[in-house]
Amino acid sequence: MAGAIKQVEDLHLLNLTKKFGDVAAVDDLTLTIPAGSFFALLGASGCGKTTTLRMVAGLEDPTSGTINIGSKDITNLRAFQRPVNTVFQSYALFPHLDIFENVAFGLRRRGIKDVKTPVNQMLELVELSAMARRKPTQLSGGQQQRVAVARALINEPDVLLLDEPLGALDLKLRRQMQIELKRIQREVGTTFVHVTHDQEEAMTMADTVAIMNAGRIEQLGNPADIYELPKTVFVANFLGQSNLINGTAQGRSGDDILVAAYGQTYVVPAARSSATTDNMIVGVRPEKMTVLDAPDGHRAPESHNKISGRVTDVSYAGVSTQYLVRTPWDQELTVFEQNVIVGDRCSVGDEVLLHWAPEHTFGLENLGG
Amino acid sequence: MRWLRRNLLGIVAILVLIYLFIPIAVVAILSFNKPSGKFNISWTQFSTDAWTNLCGVPGVCSSFATSIQIGIISTVVATALGTMIAFALVRYRFRGRSTTNLLIFLPMATPEVVMGSSLLALFLNLRFPLGQWTVIIAHIMFIISFVVVTVKARLQGLDPRLEEAARDLYADPKSTFRYVTLPLVAPGIAGAALLGFSLSFDDFIISYFNAGTLVTFPIFIWGAAQRGIPVQVNALATLVFVIALLVVLSSQLVSYRRRKKLMST
Repeated sequence: MAGAIKQVEDLHLLNLTKKFGDVAAVDDLTLTIPAGSFFALLGASGCGKTTTLRMVAGLEDPTSGTINIGSKDITNLRAFQRPVNTVFQSYALFPHLDIFENVAFGLRRRGIKDVKTPVNQMLELVELSAMARRKPTQLSGGQQQRVAVARALINEPDVLLLDEPLGALDLKLRRQMQIELKRIQREVGTTFVHVTHDQEEAMTMADTVAIMNAGRIEQLGNPADIYELPKTVFVANFLGQSNLINGTAQGRSGDDILVAAYGQTYVVPAARSSATTDNMIVGVRPEKMTVLDAPDGHRAPESHNKISGRVTDVSYAGVSTQYLVRTPWDQELTVFEQNVIVGDRCSVGDEVLLHWAPEHTFGLENLGG
Repeated sequence: MRWLRRNLLGIVAILVLIYLFIPIAVVAILSFNKPSGKFNISWTQFSTDAWTNLCGVPGVCSSFATSIQIGIISTVVATALGTMIAFALVRYRFRGRSTTNLLIFLPMATPEVVMGSSLLALFLNLRFPLGQWTVIIAHIMFIISFVVVTVKARLQGLDPRLEEAARDLYADPKSTFRYVTLPLVAPGIAGAALLGFSLSFDDFIISYFNAGTLVTFPIFIWGAAQRGIPVQVNALATLVFVIALLVVLSSQLVSYRRRKKLMST
């Protein structure tokens, strides 16, 4: 293991489907996970992300579709025959074996005689050499987690699967382990597929994030791209928060689409719209908006999109202040404002004007009708 | 008064323990007695005759050996069968599974007299000669229930992810069972076997019905009781008690040592 970066290949999922009875947990999923990448499958519970992972591990049989590593079809291989290892959500360390034997388990099953050197190296990598002869129950949550990673990684799998690996840890430890896992991934160069419902975790750790919903992938890309330009309503609301306003496209002005909503016209760059019909949604992230007191409204740049409203709630959160603003058509919008201004903030009941730059606006297909 | 209030719980606990252990203590003390008449009831004189000459009374040791032998055979067979039944009931969904689950409890719920006499009727009808094998068959039958219940509980408490982890780590089904499932279920199986052995060794009613001319240890004592129980019976009973006590103590000691080792590392 020591430093030697292994030749790894892409993981391909082709039309992968898993049905439980009539319900499709994973629905015709096609996906390529590049070799050596840190890939996150992000979704709410029940979206099919864990089922996808278990199919790759061989713990669940797909109803249809294939799983390939490079050009090798592993769909019909049993779990113990696949060059894939899993870090389980509850770690699933063997309670009757000590840490050394837990880590050595995979090597021993493959008939490797000299396990001492690789196991000790692995324990060093996860900084648990001193714990080799302890039983799993004597370790803290974070240490157990690292044993689970070591136990899987020592087998030099083509793909390492992580099923909500940090879910059981407290916040501080989770941050620490996120950094730790990224370090380990860089060191070994193995493809990591990380399943999580924690959007922050997915964004900070992964090179590529796939957002899953109802057995399908809604959007795939690098975290910043997805956040800045969500392509569906689900993604806009699931990854961070969004203000979404229903409107109707009125036509174009150069590279922009003009959208009318509630008597106001909004400018959406055509390149930032995924809508295919005129019935569309104008979206903007809360931190992209600026709040102005209504009397100061004239200070908003001419080119900006604007909404007036009344402040219904102000919550101060240290680095930022969150405003809830009710629009004349009774929609509540969220605005985050960095606390960089000295002086008065808006207070509840104030009439305000919200404005933001068109290049921060995105357009979405209105599926709700 | 305050002293009493503070120590009442302890006093009651000691009294209950004394109540529980008096019969055993009497048996043990009387094993060192030299009774004047036939009945070993009142203390006459200290003697180690019974202990130095354990087999001194005809039939004592052979019946003791018979009981041990029957206990071992029934326990081994019942533990093997019961463990397999428990695995089947927990791991597989099959037709008649819930019925089996229910039926497995029946031998435990049936009064022993009823079971003993029905088995006797069965063996007589089949013209199966009564003796060691009929007793073993009967014992296996009721031990299985206890084994199934004990092992099942252990298996149900087993995290299915542990076996998945083993499969994920290149263990084929056989190695998964050998290196993960079995070691984790083993304490349950061992406990079931110990319980089974003591149930078999102890059984009088069902054995008596189906033993024919065979004499097990409980049957011997029962027969002897009519004429006066020889002191050797007390000695053997004390011996069994001491062995059982040692088994329990050593298992406690092992787990205590393990815990202590865990603390210190």
